[in-house]
Amino acid sequence: MTEPLTVAGPRALLEALETVRDPELDEPITSLGFVASCTVSADGDAQVSLRLPTYFCAPNFAYLMVADAYDAVSALPGVRSTSVILADHFASDAINGGVAAQAGFVRSFDGEAVAELDQLRADFLRKAVMAGTDQVSRPLLAAGADLLAMTLGQVPPSRALARLRERRAELGLPAGDDAPLLIDPVTGVPVGAEDLPLHLRRARVTRVSIEANSGICRGMLRHRYSTPGQGETDQ
Amino acid sequence: MYESNGEKYFVVDGHMHYWNAAPDNWVPGAENYAEGWIKCFHAYQGLGPPETHWSLEHFEKYSEDDLMKDVFEDGYVDVAIFQPTYLKEWYKEGFNTTERNALMGEKHPGRFVYNTRWDPRDGDAGIEQLKRNVDRFGSRGAKLYTAEWNAGSRGYKLTDPASYRFLEAAQNLGIKNVHVHKGPTIWPLDKDAFDVADVDHVATDFPELNFIVEHVGLPRIEDFCFMATQEPNVYAGLAVVIGGLMHARPKFFAKVMGELLFWVGEDKMLFGSDYAIWEPKWQVEGFVAWEMPDDSELSDYPRLGVAGKKKIMGLNAAKLYDIKVPDEFQLPAGSGTPGAQEVLGQEQPVAGS
Repeated sequence: MTEPLTVAGPRALLEALETVRDPELDEPITSLGFVASCTVSADGDAQVSLRLPTYFCAPNFAYLMVADAYDAVSALPGVRSTSVILADHFASDAINGGVAAQAGFVRSFDGEAVAELDQLRADFLRKAVMAGTDQVSRPLLAAGADLLAMTLGQVPPSRALARLRERRAELGLPAGDDAPLLIDPVTGVPVGAEDLPLHLRRARVTRVSIEANSGICRGMLRHRYSTPGQGETDQ
Repeated sequence: MYESNGEKYFVVDGHMHYWNAAPDNWVPGAENYAEGWIKCFHAYQGLGPPETHWSLEHFEKYSEDDLMKDVFEDGYVDVAIFQPTYLKEWYKEGFNTTERNALMGEKHPGRFVYNTRWDPRDGDAGIEQLKRNVDRFGSRGAKLYTAEWNAGSRGYKLTDPASYRFLEAAQNLGIKNVHVHKGPTIWPLDKDAFDVADVDHVATDFPELNFIVEHVGLPRIEDFCFMATQEPNVYAGLAVVIGGLMHARPKFFAKVMGELLFWVGEDKMLFGSDYAIWEPKWQVEGFVAWEMPDDSELSDYPRLGVAGKKKIMGLNAAKLYDIKVPDEFQLPAGSGTPGAQEVLGQEQPVAGS
């Protein structure tokens, strides 16, 4: 019988980082190319180096990614210390120091922030729900489905559907099989017939916005750093 | 002017700059920010066609002759609107100020429109400066950079009481057009820095002013579109949309154009090159030649025809700034129709042009 592994390997480290998303782009930081390097020593000391498309990327999103990466990696069995460093950013020191000290956002940016980032995270999860709604609804519409009557359980399984359900669940919105496909992402109230066209239009423009942002961010990152990140994939 | 397929386009570059971002202009102690800023801009240039890329050195500081050639000789532009960006916390003489722009522009009468600017945090001194600027430069428009740093403050909102004071003063001084740029690091940092909701409020409270949201509110075009469709005095400044997406991400460019045409319409969209981030030449040529692709994904977006392109390339801006447009560039009465604008909850048929 072999000893159970208590050392976190590089594979586990990368998988942990794959669970960390850019809240604005709703994509894993690995796929986006934001992970410059990630290593874990035999003793379980993990070191992650992150990079972003520009020197001036919004510090609140940057903070969330560094903090989430810290949480994901430090939770791995076999990791005894975690260091996550964001390089080449105007607020690197505040973010890196704040996350390392587990100080929270407000204390990391003393005087410039009045609240932690839960509201920001929720706002962008709602955008992800709208974008995901467009992704799921589009093929259904093309097939002539009656979207207003559909529940999540009636939608053919897909990665897009799974993601939509996950985002809704994170927000505490109905995400079970009986939940209506189309709901208001703020109130959870099912979308009615008179609101349907506008809801779908908003879902689509939200998706276009997030995808265009992702395209620009990827282009800027490539200009800044010529080597791919760990786990980077094409859009 | 630009001519293609027998059609003549009057070109107003609604958003361009004459900046000095060379190290000799960096504020000691703020070099990281000054350098980071211009390198960020330079990276954006990387999204344009490779043959249009400049060296960082040239990009940091280009000459008046460069500008005249790139914009007016090669760039087809008839009239260019200088949009100032001060950033005096990082650049000793400012990044590109109205004063610098005007010094250059005075040598070329009729070519430039000088927009001024203000910062509500400057208080009484700011109001006095605004009066002097309007007197001196005849500004009918202003550029507001709500993310600008000022004496420890990393930004403000248009809805701040001080901002209202300046909007009222500006209106009384004859300012008609307010160009708003949304950017990173707006205080408080726990909020979304790019939120365009404050534009919504001021557009409602100042119906006599026109608010041009530069870069169509990128990266929040969804919020911008939903707001602009409901406010008759909110316009979309296209600088960065064409430069940043048309070459690098043509599929997303088509979708973004489709959304803008649907929500905002061709009457309220304005061309801007954002020179010197990107040269106008390839943008003008590319935009006039552009057609919405035939993909099924794009099939229910409005189309953009010659009339719409003429409006966006120059006629819309000419109207906002009372720029005289020769008859040969005007549209015959009743040409083209605005893209469908959604009345809340009711789909309008796509009018097309």
